[in-house]
Amino acid sequence: MLDYKPNMVLSNQEYKVVGTRPIRPDGADKVTGKARYAADTNLPGLLFGRVLRSPHAHARIKNIDTSKATALPGVRAVVTSADIVEPTGRASELSEGAMVNYKFLSNNVLATDKALYKGHAIAAVCASNTHIAEQALKLIEVEYEVLPPVMNAKEAMKADAPLLHDRLASMNTASIRAGGVLDDNDPTKGSNLANKFEFQLGDLEKGFAEADFIVEKETSTVAVHQGYIEPQSGTAQWHEDGTLTVWSSSQGHFTVRDYTARLMGVPVSSVKAVPMEIGGGFGAKLTMYAEPIAAALARKAGAPVKVTMTRTEVFEATGPTSGTFITVKMGATKDGRITAADAKMIFEAGAFPGSPVVGGAQCIMSAYDIPNGRIEGYDVVVNRPKTSAYRAPGSPAAAFCIETVIDELSEKIGMDPIDFRLLNSAKEGTRRVTGPTMPVVGFIQTLEAVKNHPHYSAPKDGKYRGRGVATGFWGNNTGPSSAVATVNPDGTVNLAEGSPDIGGTRSSVSLQLAEVLGIPVEDVHPQVVDTDSIGFTSNTGGSSVTFKTGFAAYTAAQHVRQQLIERAAKIWDVSTDDVEYTDGVAQHKSDSELKLTFKQIAARQVPTGGPIVGSAGVNPPGAGPALAAHVVDVEVDVETGKVEIVRYTAFQDVGKAIHPSYVEGQIQGGVVQGIGWALNEEYYMNDNGHMVNSSFLDYRMPVSLDLPMIDTVIVEIANPSHPFGVRGVGEVCICPPMAAISNAIYDAIGTRINELPMKPGTILEALGKI
Amino acid sequence: MAEVWIPPQLQNMTGGVEIVQVPGSTVRQLINNLDEQYPGLKEILYDEEEEDIMPGLAVIVDGEASQLGVLERVTDDSEVHFLPAIGGGR
Repeated sequence: MLDYKPNMVLSNQEYKVVGTRPIRPDGADKVTGKARYAADTNLPGLLFGRVLRSPHAHARIKNIDTSKATALPGVRAVVTSADIVEPTGRASELSEGAMVNYKFLSNNVLATDKALYKGHAIAAVCASNTHIAEQALKLIEVEYEVLPPVMNAKEAMKADAPLLHDRLASMNTASIRAGGVLDDNDPTKGSNLANKFEFQLGDLEKGFAEADFIVEKETSTVAVHQGYIEPQSGTAQWHEDGTLTVWSSSQGHFTVRDYTARLMGVPVSSVKAVPMEIGGGFGAKLTMYAEPIAAALARKAGAPVKVTMTRTEVFEATGPTSGTFITVKMGATKDGRITAADAKMIFEAGAFPGSPVVGGAQCIMSAYDIPNGRIEGYDVVVNRPKTSAYRAPGSPAAAFCIETVIDELSEKIGMDPIDFRLLNSAKEGTRRVTGPTMPVVGFIQTLEAVKNHPHYSAPKDGKYRGRGVATGFWGNNTGPSSAVATVNPDGTVNLAEGSPDIGGTRSSVSLQLAEVLGIPVEDVHPQVVDTDSIGFTSNTGGSSVTFKTGFAAYTAAQHVRQQLIERAAKIWDVSTDDVEYTDGVAQHKSDSELKLTFKQIAARQVPTGGPIVGSAGVNPPGAGPALAAHVVDVEVDVETGKVEIVRYTAFQDVGKAIHPSYVEGQIQGGVVQGIGWALNEEYYMNDNGHMVNSSFLDYRMPVSLDLPMIDTVIVEIANPSHPFGVRGVGEVCICPPMAAISNAIYDAIGTRINELPMKPGTILEALGKI
Repeated sequence: MAEVWIPPQLQNMTGGVEIVQVPGSTVRQLINNLDEQYPGLKEILYDEEEEDIMPGLAVIVDGEASQLGVLERVTDDSEVHFLPAIGGGR
């Protein structure tokens, strides 16, 4: 048995630079306050924008009168939805491949005929200072016809439910596209059910007939917010030539460019999006709110405008994740083989279609070899803010249901829950219920690490202490990405990339470039540059950057490496075939006297042929799924209902940890967010559909005092599609905590909690004390 | 011939057939040939305007989500799925 130490790496292959733990290049500026975030943007003549938001969860907008606000001294412009483009309701490709429904995007940025949630933007004002802008908001007169809201997906699916969109198409026909709007001549009635889909494998009836044990349950979760520290902020400035520059906090400034261009009705080439530092995103900053409003105000005012959201606006008007209702029925034989599983997943999308139910459906059964399965998904609009992605979107709620079912099933069978999972684990070639087969994954090795770890066999001291385990699956993503490496004459390298850095990717990408060139990573100076300065790069999402932009940096480094060989050959007047480049040194293959270091060639680059620049534009396939398994010990205070996390160990197959400290940080961060989701966090709504805990005082997220050290075990099973074996690490870590904690609470008090959050009141209710 | 797995929602267009053998060396050719066997499928899978897979769909070839869409090459041994595309959150 291994002697486990805290934060252990079970490494598969060692490299010289990759796998080390250098200090982050952006760290000093961040901890000394020198780093510039979106709200730090300041320009000559800058105006300040504020947004008028709906006080109603559902209302028809009958009239907006902005005349008094416009007349207020100091006000420079007032805009409504009439000032931005409202495209058609057809789902569209962005310029480089992602999908968006621009009508819904536009309607979410500024409401048209209806306010669809409390906090929905109605109009915006810019003025010489924020106070005047806020005063002007009070002068905008909006005539509403208040309508009954529908706040919950099950209610919204009823035939007599209030309709949010009169023309929303219910895509439960042959089409498998996400929801859209009905054609004008289509007589079909609108619906709150934006999309329904199904995956099926094998023979469900036969599978359940073969089962000796069957467990079925429904779990429910409510909306939670990503809780990033930095509110959204966008600044826009139009130039005399009709072009626009936007500075903002986002997980993808090319998306900011594309969305803003579309809503302003200008070509993408007219917009330059500048990425500022980002104070957390977790998926929520893949879309945008402030930038087009700032751009519309700036165009009308003829001056630059900054729009920065408040914390309350962030809670009420940016995307939380979905509330869900998930039912899983699973059968197994008495020797522990899963024979069948059936899942029904209902997700709230918020005010516009597009919940993460598709992601959840593609994850819910993927960790296991299930010969007969069915997964049904429902995407339902409700009078809540439009949901946006949140770390492994859809998968955490799915794991909460299926992993507690598995715990119950293994208990019924009388089998250790890890042994049950090992027996049924997915591996390379396993057919997933969604259809495709599984590529190389390290689920078995991860589960074996759990079994071998001292935490799993440690005694549980105390009456109301319990231990729970659960696993999680996330597919990971890839996408187009660009990198440019410019060699400096002093032997350092400037690395320009297009991926905003939200998780330490400046380092993880630089490490890959440095490994290829055989130079210290400290000699690489990474920069995330604007949309005019680098090729298209898809969003920082789906745990994709270390994979795809790492791939781009690797490729750009190979381009540089080839030029280094050519320069050395030229200096020695030999063929390039006679030169090799290893560990930062060009070497003649047969003359050991002929050597040139990277720095020496860099110093001679201009006279040997000009600047050495390596570039790459890639779109690599094979991101490689991630799997995680967590073990948690809890103690339940049966008098107060409080659940304390006593010990937590997270195991994860990461492919190759390029920078192990950042991988550990990602795992620990995901676990902590999952603990908050499990025990405390919720959008607490009143009967009118208003969030009543829209501040960090009342929306309780865990802090360091609430938690023990989160221990990690990194398992490295290389992804064969990446030169260093990388697979994304940032998301799967949030999937297991809710189920693991629920299973631990059951172990402690003998009652299963099937709803989130498992807050004190819920625990006391389960104990029959209230 | 490549093996195309028909999503459950579209199996009413193939008379309940779940897996179809389709000739072609690219995803585009598969879609065209699939449409000849089962008219109407191309309209759902292929965006004529963009000349690519319909927005919101992903094509999975031999277990990997394709980054080339209809241009992705397939072999006689390939297994092809059309699934809803998913994004990520981090």
